[in-house]
Amino acid sequence: MNNLLILPLIIPLLTGIILILFREQIKVQKWLSAIAMILTIGVSIQLVQTVSLKGIQTLRLGGWEPPFGIILVADMFAALLVATASIVGLCCILFAFRSIGIERERFYFYPFMLFLITGVSGSFLTGDIFNLFVCFEVMLISSYVLIVLGGTKEQLRESLKYVLINIVSSIFFVISVAYLYAVTGTLNMADLSLIVSEIMTQATSGQQGLVLIIALLFLFVFSLKAGLFLYFWLPGSYSAPPTAIAAIFGGLLTKVGVYAIFRTFSLIFYQQPEITHQLIAWLAGMTMIIGVLGAVAHWDVRKILAYNVVAAVGFIMFGFAIFTTVAIEGAIFYLIHDMIVKALLFLLGGAMIAIAGTSNLKEMGGLIKNHPGLGWMFFIAALALAGVPPLSGFIGKLLIIQGGLDAGFYWLTGISLLSSLLILYSVIKIFMNGFWREQKLRREEEKASFKGLALPCALLILLSIALGLGAEWVYGDYISEAAHTLMNPSIYIDAVSPVKE
Amino acid sequence: MKINDVILQTVTKAVSFIILTFSVFLFFAGHNNPGGGFIGGLMTASGLVLLYLAYDIETMKSVIPIDYKKLAAVGLFLAVATGIGSFLFKVPFLSHTFAYKYLPILGKTELATVLIFDLGVYFTVIGVTMTIILTIGEDE
Repeated sequence: MNNLLILPLIIPLLTGIILILFREQIKVQKWLSAIAMILTIGVSIQLVQTVSLKGIQTLRLGGWEPPFGIILVADMFAALLVATASIVGLCCILFAFRSIGIERERFYFYPFMLFLITGVSGSFLTGDIFNLFVCFEVMLISSYVLIVLGGTKEQLRESLKYVLINIVSSIFFVISVAYLYAVTGTLNMADLSLIVSEIMTQATSGQQGLVLIIALLFLFVFSLKAGLFLYFWLPGSYSAPPTAIAAIFGGLLTKVGVYAIFRTFSLIFYQQPEITHQLIAWLAGMTMIIGVLGAVAHWDVRKILAYNVVAAVGFIMFGFAIFTTVAIEGAIFYLIHDMIVKALLFLLGGAMIAIAGTSNLKEMGGLIKNHPGLGWMFFIAALALAGVPPLSGFIGKLLIIQGGLDAGFYWLTGISLLSSLLILYSVIKIFMNGFWREQKLRREEEKASFKGLALPCALLILLSIALGLGAEWVYGDYISEAAHTLMNPSIYIDAVSPVKE
Repeated sequence: MKINDVILQTVTKAVSFIILTFSVFLFFAGHNNPGGGFIGGLMTASGLVLLYLAYDIETMKSVIPIDYKKLAAVGLFLAVATGIGSFLFKVPFLSHTFAYKYLPILGKTELATVLIFDLGVYFTVIGVTMTIILTIGEDE
């Protein structure tokens, strides 16, 4: 019994509900949502500490024993992601204070941001596959509202595609859960893991093929959510909404799909890596190629950043597909780094667009004259994204590449190194064209100022630098433990301890 | 030309009471029989929709001056609050309990805290359904 686990969900949920009642008091909305997010960060950091001191924490909702009741499980991986997600959430909300505009604020912007964070934290913490679906829907429905809020023509067009594709993938999610329930008769993840491995070891049951098909169905669903190869919906929908919303999408939404693949394919479907993990590896390779091609090809800041999200998903999934402890550690480190840096890049890119009044790089130029802070922050973020040593992207990349070479994935490792280079090219292209060259706009002609927007960007960039400089501490105390739990499902199962028959 | 809908309005006066009573019955039946907060809320909303069909929106606003969006929020709050209530008793989130009490007319009755949760569901369903219908109805 440990009610600490539910707090990262309950605080944003309850605040969101209360904010519905204060629709017209924008000040109250801002203050309450910021306070709620700071509280959430506090409890989630405490959760990380508790997990690191006392091992995996579980909460049996309503006091029912697993596998009969819903259980929340915080292992180190989930706790770290919850903490990162709440920090990213706070920064996006702080950015929204000055940028989102009164019209959107009056129509429940803050409640939906908080509901989105509730859904994300719930997806990370749940230990039940159908509850994972429910938390996905909480997150997705909030994201549907956020993507269309404001109702500009572009938003309406892109939200239609986004909603359609996500409804289809949610239907497939329900179908996969139904198949899995028909084969195993349980929905609890730890219990599923036991029963699935029992099926896979019995040569006579004849259900191995069925389980493999279900695993591939789950892979299809989560790939669609995470943008792993099935990314075609992503660049359009991530460039339609306003900056603060695009940043929280880029930082959190695809990462929840990535987390779901990590969880299901390390805990439940880990018995046939020669099929499933090979497939993930090749999908990841193609995602990296497609992502960097898109990032290099475009001249629109938002499109470049959206394709960077795709490329990073490919890279993280490549780390997961190698499936050795070193590579998983690298993938977790890179996942956390990527959540922070993607949100940061979207915020900085959004600030650039707001100042220049256009998202076309060819029409920008010389922003560094008036905005040195923004310029150098973007430069540091770009280097961090590409993985230049003192910054946060380096360790994750290094570990993944080391794991890839050890496991004999020479081609894919080569692709991932090449993709790092092209990603660096794509973001430095933004830097050189947007901030250098001759000045296009005088100070009076600029459409917005960077003053109020600097704080959340600075918070994220400090976090990114700290993650890079303190890599040894983060890695030794937290990341290696998270990877250890992921590689040994028995630790997770013992912590949940389903009733044995 | 204004249509005289006196028959519709008179029938509505009687029928809406029956529907609303049935919806409350469904809501309370949920624990041991088919029913519950969701279907009860939908039934109440359908009774309200019948009233909105028979009378116009302005009249209904003066009769039932409720902001349905706030009703939905209050319902959500109730549901979450019953979960948080378990914090006070040092039991896991969403733990529920029940007790047998003698009530004046009903006699020995099982009172469960899950009823408050269901009441939250009930309000939320009414609030959301009515918000959807009225938003579309008022749209120019």
